[in-house]
Amino acid sequence: MHQVVQAVILGVLIGGVYALMASGLTLVFGIMRVINVAQGALVILAAYLSYALFSHAHIDPFLSVLIVTPAMFVLGVLVQIVFVRSLRGSDSEELSLLVTWALALGIEGVLSVIFKTTYRATSPSYADKTLTVFGYQFGFVRLMAFIGSGVLLVLLSLLLTRTRFGRAVRATVQNPTAATLLGVDANRVQTLSFGLGVSMAAAAGAVYGVIYPFNPGSHYDLISRLLSIVVLGGLGSLGGAVLASLVMGVTEAVVAVEWKPTWAAFSYFIVLIVVLLVRPQGFFGVRERAL
Amino acid sequence: MTTLLEVDGLTKRFGGVTAVNTCSFAVPEGSITALVGPNGSGKTTAFNLITGYARADEGVVRFAGETVRRPDPVRLSRSGLTRTFQQARIFADLTLVENMVAALQQPWRTAFSTAVRGHERARALELLEEFGLARLATERAGNLSYGQKKLLEFAAVLMGDPRLVLLDEPTAGVNPVLVEQIEERIRELNARGLTFLVVEHNMNLVMRLCDPVIVLAQGTKLAEGHPDEVRNDSRVLDAYLGG
Amino acid sequence: MTRTGLLRAAAFLAVGIAFPFVFSPAWLVNIGVLTLMYAALATSWNLFSGYTGYITLGQVAFFGLGAYTLAITFEHYGIGSGYNPFYVLPLVGAGVAFASMPVAWIALRTRAMTFAIVTLTLLFIVQQLAFNLHSVTHGSSGLMLPTPTTFGVSTYDDPFYFAMLGILCIALLLCWGVLRSKLGLMLLAVREDEEKARGLGIRVTGAKLIAWWLHVFVTAMVGAVWAYYLTFIYPESSVDPLVMIGAVLMTFLGGRGTLWGPVIGAVVLVPAQQYMLLHLGGSQLYLVGYSAVFVVVLLLLPRGILPSLRDGVTRTRERRRTRLEAAAS
Repeated sequence: MHQVVQAVILGVLIGGVYALMASGLTLVFGIMRVINVAQGALVILAAYLSYALFSHAHIDPFLSVLIVTPAMFVLGVLVQIVFVRSLRGSDSEELSLLVTWALALGIEGVLSVIFKTTYRATSPSYADKTLTVFGYQFGFVRLMAFIGSGVLLVLLSLLLTRTRFGRAVRATVQNPTAATLLGVDANRVQTLSFGLGVSMAAAAGAVYGVIYPFNPGSHYDLISRLLSIVVLGGLGSLGGAVLASLVMGVTEAVVAVEWKPTWAAFSYFIVLIVVLLVRPQGFFGVRERAL
Repeated sequence: MTTLLEVDGLTKRFGGVTAVNTCSFAVPEGSITALVGPNGSGKTTAFNLITGYARADEGVVRFAGETVRRPDPVRLSRSGLTRTFQQARIFADLTLVENMVAALQQPWRTAFSTAVRGHERARALELLEEFGLARLATERAGNLSYGQKKLLEFAAVLMGDPRLVLLDEPTAGVNPVLVEQIEERIRELNARGLTFLVVEHNMNLVMRLCDPVIVLAQGTKLAEGHPDEVRNDSRVLDAYLGG
Repeated sequence: MTRTGLLRAAAFLAVGIAFPFVFSPAWLVNIGVLTLMYAALATSWNLFSGYTGYITLGQVAFFGLGAYTLAITFEHYGIGSGYNPFYVLPLVGAGVAFASMPVAWIALRTRAMTFAIVTLTLLFIVQQLAFNLHSVTHGSSGLMLPTPTTFGVSTYDDPFYFAMLGILCIALLLCWGVLRSKLGLMLLAVREDEEKARGLGIRVTGAKLIAWWLHVFVTAMVGAVWAYYLTFIYPESSVDPLVMIGAVLMTFLGGRGTLWGPVIGAVVLVPAQQYMLLHLGGSQLYLVGYSAVFVVVLLLLPRGILPSLRDGVTRTRERRRTRLEAAAS
């Protein structure tokens, strides 16, 4: 029993970090119906940046978030303008999937050339520190990452509900044409939101490298999980993504502990298939019956 | 007169809004029944519930005497209940003939036979001729004008030999000449035995063409009867003019 | 079949059959095998995704399943060597296709974008299964297939070349047949407006499932031949996302929804791909090369070569016609 609870704790903590990555993914889909398959690669890129900053400039990974996040925001904006915005027409959704995939490959290639394919890990002195509460272990870094993710997610939801920008974003999600007619610059909203989505992933990535060893190919593991999460939660639903991340984080951890670690990743897909059988739209998605 | 379509206690809620509220009405076989009401009275939602494009929260739909357990567009269409849409929906990249033949409701054994066989093309052209579209038969459907698309949509649903056609605002956004043409078609087809349930805002057309007229307001039936009765019903006047 | 269509098919067959005899060095035939392999994959991808509009990103999962099915059949049933395995191909194809139906049915209940992601997930699922089901697949150690000893040294690649050519011909025939049939009309209606198609009584689910079955049938056979060709398969190579995106890209490049587009896309990209692999393979730089090619193709030629060419021809004809009309009046 103790083992299971410990696994649940572990699952929740990592689920929180996935939630941050997934939120960016689902947000971007909700706004411009684009699945940024490069999200995983961008997380890894952020991990490498943080690693480099730590190895060469001795900047603490959590502090590096302050540098990496804005940098990746700019990168996200550039990517959207150069690659995504130019896609037009009825296929733009599917094309965006392929273009962002190609981007992910490009990022993987560049990282492989610079850093080689050996596994890296950012190892500050406190990397292995754990806190024990009521007999349960909480990895210090995982806990900090979880709290950080939580804070950022709350800030994100405040941004969406309390600010003018947020209102513009929600209007564009619901009805891009009407939003434009009401004076919302759809292009600007889309570009900035894309950058926002990327920067969320970057923040997560900066600390991801402390928790897990990574190499350029690690983005596949990440994106496969993130995609399952956003579909499970319902494409475009922020709340769904957060819930799904926690559910899947816990499932993965429990499967790893109670059964075998090699099947842990597989559990994602089983849960996804089972849920889709019952609810093709995921937790909070809208069943599309076009009228 | 036998009832072809019956709707009993139909209810549909969207969050806090009850679009259709214990709605009950009947469509006699062989009639051209009108479904009217101010905007927001639940007409199109009712259509969607009847034809399986939305799931009802409560209520039953009975078609040709049989209760329809889980309305599904494919099954309903194949049993003779078909519909058109408020915004005409046709297959833009296909030709008119292909649009028509696609609507033929073939059995599976024809899946690997030629897409448009001789007799099928002939039947399609026949129908297109009735709607005045035969000369455009090989045109890409997307190139048609809006009015022509509406005619094509109407013609196509007839290919499956339906018993009941639900027309969702057939004359909306269409010029007066075309309105006449559509009215002609409906009368003609009705004379041949086809039943219609028509949602319309064009009151003159409704009064000329339809009997009975069912009035919906706030998701439920307000009045039902011959156009003259309904026209003078004070509740109906209130619903349209009142607050 | 039109005259030009027949001529094109004849030309294709002539070139296809003559190729390994004219260009006999093994490395060239090898490129031929890979080109035909990708052409068959791209064509069968087009058969499903091009006609229904549902982008599947999981094709390579069935490629891998076909590969493993053949390898496992070898292990347990010892179907012998030489040409025997080729006779088993249709069984492998059909077996994998039927096995995929339950998953397809679940996946096809979702709409376009979700569908793409769910099929992508299939890719990861099959890869995980290949890793984890140790007793059956030997996990990451991989599976070996017997090397055919009767194929001769200098003409070793030839049987595989012709097997791939045969599968490609089947794929092309299926595409052509489906397009002219009622099934094709149904699929196009689904692509245009699925909900409207439902309203007209078109059995959309059935149509999608049939197209899916055919697509997996071909894909699995290709995977099986590939496994026999390499005689050694392991999870990362059998279910390789790069193979998937390569096939999709070739279809986009050549022109989705056209018959010969995917073949043209493969003929253009496979040699380029192999070149990049050869010269940049060691340093992973080839990924950047791939990435660059993909992006360029997707951004600049979104409709593909064939449709763009056709448009160009139509426009020239129209211009000529208007000029003639103007001259005549």
